[in-house]
Amino acid sequence: MSTDLGITLAEYVRGVASGEISCEEYVVATLDRIEKHDAKLHAYVSVDADAVEAAKGVDAAVRAGRDVGALAGAPFGIKDNICMAGTRTTCCSWMLEDYVSPYDATVVDRLSGSGGIVVGKTNMDEFAMGLTTEFAAFGPSLNPWNTECVPGGSSGGSAVAVSALECIASLGSDTGGSVRNPASFCGIVGYKPTYGRLSRYGLVSYANSIEQVGIMARSVEDVGIVMNAISGEDKMDDTTRRDVRSGADHTPDHIADIDGGVEGMAVGLDVDSFDESTDVGSAVRRAADAFEAAGATVTDVHIDHGPSSVASYYVLTAAEAGSNLARYDNLRYGYDMPQEGYEYNAYISRARSRLGPEVTRRMILGGFVPSAGHAGKYYLKALKMRDALSAQVDGVFADGNLACILSPTVPVLPFKFGEKIDDPVELFRMDSNTVLANLTGRPSISVPFAMSSGLPIGVQLTGSLDSDAQLLRIANTIHASSESKGAPQL
Amino acid sequence: MKARIGLEIHCQLTTLKTKLFCGCRADYRKMDPNTNVCPTCLGLPGSLPRLNGAAVKTALLIAIALGCKSPDVLSFFRKNYFYPDLPKNYQITQLDIYGPACVGHDGQIKVDDRDVRISRIQLEEDPGRIVYSGASEKNLETLVDYNRAGAPLVEIVTEPDMESPRDVRIFLNLMHDMLENIGASDASLEGAIRADANVSLEGNNKVEIKNVSSFHDLEKAVGYEIMRQTNNIENEIEIDKETRQWDEKRRITVSARSKESDTDYRYFLEHDVPWIEIGNACDMLRKDMPESIATRRQRYTAEYGISDQVAEILSSQQYFARIFESARTDENSRELANIITTDLMGLLETRQKQADSKLGSAELGRLVGAMMDKRITRTSAKSALQSMVRDGRSFDDIVRESGLGTVDDESKITELVGSVIDSEPGLVNQALASPKAVHYIMGLVMKKSSGRADPEMVRKAIESYLDSKRNDAPDQ
Repeated sequence: MSTDLGITLAEYVRGVASGEISCEEYVVATLDRIEKHDAKLHAYVSVDADAVEAAKGVDAAVRAGRDVGALAGAPFGIKDNICMAGTRTTCCSWMLEDYVSPYDATVVDRLSGSGGIVVGKTNMDEFAMGLTTEFAAFGPSLNPWNTECVPGGSSGGSAVAVSALECIASLGSDTGGSVRNPASFCGIVGYKPTYGRLSRYGLVSYANSIEQVGIMARSVEDVGIVMNAISGEDKMDDTTRRDVRSGADHTPDHIADIDGGVEGMAVGLDVDSFDESTDVGSAVRRAADAFEAAGATVTDVHIDHGPSSVASYYVLTAAEAGSNLARYDNLRYGYDMPQEGYEYNAYISRARSRLGPEVTRRMILGGFVPSAGHAGKYYLKALKMRDALSAQVDGVFADGNLACILSPTVPVLPFKFGEKIDDPVELFRMDSNTVLANLTGRPSISVPFAMSSGLPIGVQLTGSLDSDAQLLRIANTIHASSESKGAPQL
Repeated sequence: MKARIGLEIHCQLTTLKTKLFCGCRADYRKMDPNTNVCPTCLGLPGSLPRLNGAAVKTALLIAIALGCKSPDVLSFFRKNYFYPDLPKNYQITQLDIYGPACVGHDGQIKVDDRDVRISRIQLEEDPGRIVYSGASEKNLETLVDYNRAGAPLVEIVTEPDMESPRDVRIFLNLMHDMLENIGASDASLEGAIRADANVSLEGNNKVEIKNVSSFHDLEKAVGYEIMRQTNNIENEIEIDKETRQWDEKRRITVSARSKESDTDYRYFLEHDVPWIEIGNACDMLRKDMPESIATRRQRYTAEYGISDQVAEILSSQQYFARIFESARTDENSRELANIITTDLMGLLETRQKQADSKLGSAELGRLVGAMMDKRITRTSAKSALQSMVRDGRSFDDIVRESGLGTVDDESKITELVGSVIDSEPGLVNQALASPKAVHYIMGLVMKKSSGRADPEMVRKAIESYLDSKRNDAPDQ
């Protein structure tokens, strides 16, 4: 088999349209690769063999001169907290082990509508809570660059699948960095759009005021192609409605200006977010230099990443999780557990005791922080923190007339399994750079920029609200200077 | 001791087509269990609420009708608690504790001569329904039907400004009529309006009464509760702050749960439903607001000269008020109002009958006109009305075909009177002796004419017949 799986989505789409690439061959090769490597890497929790039939259809359509859509039969991995009609959506929790969604998430519907083919559902931390996939109920995914290391999370499976060439692009979800963090650890591009750009209908809620569906791919242009196919207003998700937001155009072309460069743009360097003496920190400094070389001005900015922003993030997400996950009471879905002999509340408590440790931790926290007598000290304070942070970031952007802020995606290199899992607070700190975009609704992207000890380092660019198309253009520029190229050797 | 009574009224917005947050039918009645459901109202993983704008509009109408203020921005909150009828284990509702965010607050309504303050009006989703089935207590099954889950519901909360069961009754009747008048709810549907009450006696703890199935029982339950609390206080027994339920069979309230601290609902903002900026919606709605019952009643008495009693009945029911207004002329107001309130309301007492009625207002006007011109008697009018409602036939056709027209031909009436009196020879002497027998003869004549004879002419004919008999009789 000579199929080159390492091409970008853009290259693939052009190849299929011109008849140089057979969709069937590409999809079969993808499935073969999954077959060969995924028992070890565990990017997928379920694989759809029917994908080959769909691929044959795409080839036939090409031969017949019919339109095959912007995604032209490209094979995608979808995080297992995004619903697809007729397939299991487990959120990698025993609670939903057998749950089959009766409907498609809007993003899946639009992906298929543009010709995308879903080859499987990808692994994740249970209910998207975690950043290593060590909390995935059916076992973790491995980092393809070094299988002793975590791939990041919670969308770890989606990142591994793209990085290990087990799909061409994937969808994840980003609540506090869950797309950007694994993208950084696996050496791919991971993008979280402005809140409300992508429909959340069919994304299983964890912290609904904060999370977005995100896109993971091998190039920034690929992210733009997928954005063009799936973003925009959705009548099934009121938070995507234009009239409730700024009124900005919700369906701009995300690729038209992608090669426009950064000449004359101002980039803020978030100098408090990294230590230049570390490999990660020096990579960020080199990225800043690359921006200047490309014609942008780089200015130092200061954003308070103090413990309060991560604390406020965890308080808000826990409170929302406590409510969003309350429906898993083992009455409508769950595992086999006879109800005989239990009082209603006792039964629910007992059933829910089978949720994993991280979910349990956040549910307990989520029951506490918004409760009467404590809400003022925790939940309401966190809301204020979030507003203050938003105002602070607005100020920084306004003062420097900034196009984006540059920082590391994660402060450290991918670490070993088990290294931090017993220290939840240390794990929480890994989110300190990524949560900013979630708390403030801003678009943010992780771009692979450097390698150290054979492990990828990603840099993060965060833009202002609704500046998504511009952010992709900036990210595309920096990606062109990336020192990290190619796929990991498996 | 003075009682202080407050009410919490839950009213389904039954006139809406769809549920509060999805496209399922708002009218869940008469459907097989769990057939009026979708991912959203079942709370399936990944589903999201989509706010029904018409529900917001209707709820604002209620707020306006109750003299409430509405904030510039509405928001929704989650009320978190576990219950089998609650698909998501939280209810999307509204809350004012972080500043006004509900559809209405601080309203007021006149109940008799008393002002009852409205604390707030909130829009929320109805839970599903729990059905217990099973042969005996021991093998009882708990079944849940989610057809109702997500149905649009408005909760109206009053301050404890009522003092007696009578106040409660009048208030609830006012609510009932108001909700119908503005087209918010068909209160006659089972479960469309439910009310809870709280009762306290000066300076003592407040007791809530819940799960009362009808307004009538709520009035009784409040009465019972005032009596029970008064007795307790007289006997120096402390009144517990608690929730009590109405026991329909024994007609008493019983403690629902023991003393416990308030349930913590962990309220917080529902971010899936973006804030709704009202803008000038209230002003727009106010312009299109149906006339209030009180204004209408006043207009009927002042402009149309209708008695206050009739005006009260007529104005409180929009269906009949509408018929009245469109059939009314400057001449027929009182007669029309009378025939609607005495005859038509009896024929069309249910909403179903009203919907099925084939009576047009122009035809009703013709009928009343004929009555006023004495071309038809009241009795004939009633029977014609039945046929018009049932078959939709025109008034003129009915009169022509069934000969319901008034018999006002003098010779015919004289003949009729003669034949009646001749058939019972003893009558004349009785009638000459007692005026009561005259009425009896009148009754016979009217009956023989099937109610068509002009009563006044009949009376005159009998008088003149009797006069002629008097003249015939020898002087005594």
